[in-house]
Amino acid sequence: MLTDKDRIFRNLYGQHDWGLEGARARGAWDGTKDILARGRDALVNECKASGQRGRGGAGFPTGLKWSFMPKEVQQGRPHYLVVNADESEPGTCKDREIMRHDPHLLIEGCLIAGCAMAAKHCYIYIRGEFIRERERLQAAIDQAYEAKLIGKNNIHGFDFDIVLHHGAGAYICGEETALLESLEGKKGQPRLKPPFPANMGLYGSPTTVNNVETIAQVPDIMRRGSAWFAGIGRKNNTGTKLFCISGHVERPCNVEEEMGIPLRELIERHAGGVRGGWDNLLAVIPGGSSMPMIPAGADQADTLLMDFDGCVAKKSAFGTAAVIVMDKSTDIVRAMARISYFYRHESCGQCTPCREGMGWMWRVLERMAEGRAQKREIDMLFEVTKQIEGHTICAFGDGAAWPVQGLLRHFRPEIERRIDQYTANPHPEPVSVAAE
Amino acid sequence: MSVRRLAEKQPDSFAFTAENLAWAKRQMEKYPPGRQQSAVISLLWRAQDQCGGWLPQKAIEAVADLLGMAKIRVLEVATFYTMFNLAPVGKYHVQFCGTTPCLLRGADGLKKVLHRLIGEENEVTGDGKLSWVEVECLGACVNAPMVQINADYYEDLTPETLTQIINDLSNGKTPKPGPQVDRLNSAPAGGLTTLAEKA
Repeated sequence: MLTDKDRIFRNLYGQHDWGLEGARARGAWDGTKDILARGRDALVNECKASGQRGRGGAGFPTGLKWSFMPKEVQQGRPHYLVVNADESEPGTCKDREIMRHDPHLLIEGCLIAGCAMAAKHCYIYIRGEFIRERERLQAAIDQAYEAKLIGKNNIHGFDFDIVLHHGAGAYICGEETALLESLEGKKGQPRLKPPFPANMGLYGSPTTVNNVETIAQVPDIMRRGSAWFAGIGRKNNTGTKLFCISGHVERPCNVEEEMGIPLRELIERHAGGVRGGWDNLLAVIPGGSSMPMIPAGADQADTLLMDFDGCVAKKSAFGTAAVIVMDKSTDIVRAMARISYFYRHESCGQCTPCREGMGWMWRVLERMAEGRAQKREIDMLFEVTKQIEGHTICAFGDGAAWPVQGLLRHFRPEIERRIDQYTANPHPEPVSVAAE
Repeated sequence: MSVRRLAEKQPDSFAFTAENLAWAKRQMEKYPPGRQQSAVISLLWRAQDQCGGWLPQKAIEAVADLLGMAKIRVLEVATFYTMFNLAPVGKYHVQFCGTTPCLLRGADGLKKVLHRLIGEENEVTGDGKLSWVEVECLGACVNAPMVQINADYYEDLTPETLTQIINDLSNGKTPKPGPQVDRLNSAPAGGLTTLAEKA
């Protein structure tokens, strides 16, 4: 079990001062100059050795990502660090806590990560709805400028500017290339890759996009050493992680725990257990709404280990570690139909399979929730999810297809039962069928 | 994809106030030379604030002129991002989160309250004070169900507490934002399980 001394976010709940003094008392901005003095390669290698994987959902090794940046800064092509604070994945609310309660960890992390990729400019892209969080983070950035921790001629000897930039309500801007488009003042529609941002990112310059939690962990990794971070969790799944436990639990909460903690232990220790007891669990979504659900059961949710490999072993994914718990009172088809509505609303409209497919899936699921459907439409729906998955520019299509696939994989009998129930009763209107 | 159109009834003109214009110029300077287009979202946002919470066509065009952008490019941005209200909203604009984590915790009940106290979605009450819209996940899922009213989040709501908040607002009172139950931000209710010792 993780003890408080191994926790990175020691002001997660905002009990203490969020400002510079409070952050310093908790150990931030301590020896930052010495860390930067280690040099670019040493920082990248330290991050690689820690085994840290991106906390934004994809789980790509952070140090490796940094190493993709060009070795030399070319004339007229400055390097950029962009921090993805567009937290919008349903179930996820961890970056918000960092930005409003421990913003200096993020700012210090930006400086260190910037140094590790020779980037003297950093943009933090925060979602538009987080207005209070933006004010708080801006106040912390102003404090850091004031204390000459960042900016031109700062005490660390590495010129570094941070600009806080905000969106205006578009989930897709959490996709890194859509975020860059948005930052350039355009609609947030993802770019085709390659070229990858490390070669051609913001304003056509080499850019690395990292999640808030990833960056905010960096100062502690550098200060305490990669061995400390790598010693927590399991191989390939190291370190601590912020978990967001929402849905049908007694006491929903955010909590920092070690990677690989069993799901049941996580929920029972910190969230007061599943509402009505563990046996009342119907299913859990382990990593934000884009990930397939895992049903209750001895070989499923009961034995789920909460990390990247643990979730893959149950045919799901760790994503952002946003655990959405659903108990047996849940209308599971309606819950998934609502997730499909979310994706229909948030599709950027660029790729046809996604733009048209999202609405199609939502309409069929709405009918299935009532039972007003044909059984052969279940296979048709599965087929459509397969035609969306992998056929779009970005991963949005996959992330919208997977939860529906998860529903069909585990709850097909429930959908059939509703159809039977509906057709057993007389109705004036004939049951409609989706167009093929 | 959400389809959004400009309001039919539009004011004849728009101009930034001197103060907002100076602010806008400062925003544009945050970005590298020639990249002032990056400031388009923050300028539209400020224009929306100046117009009382919505974005008229003339304001969109004024932002285009200021940034040296084609009008259609700014119109694209204004219609793409759903926080830009293209029609008038109430003084207190309630953004109600209806996505699954809130749905699981009883968002349906809140929606009924909004229907009862304010009326149809996207319609402004007669006194101009209130309007509401269902939005997608606002990122406060462990404090579900919740709504955002202007800049503030109101969390851990029940139909009763939401009714109280809306009544307070229409009576000119300012309800306290954040969790509406006895709880510290996103910590578990009823006592900390971590970080209990003094920092």
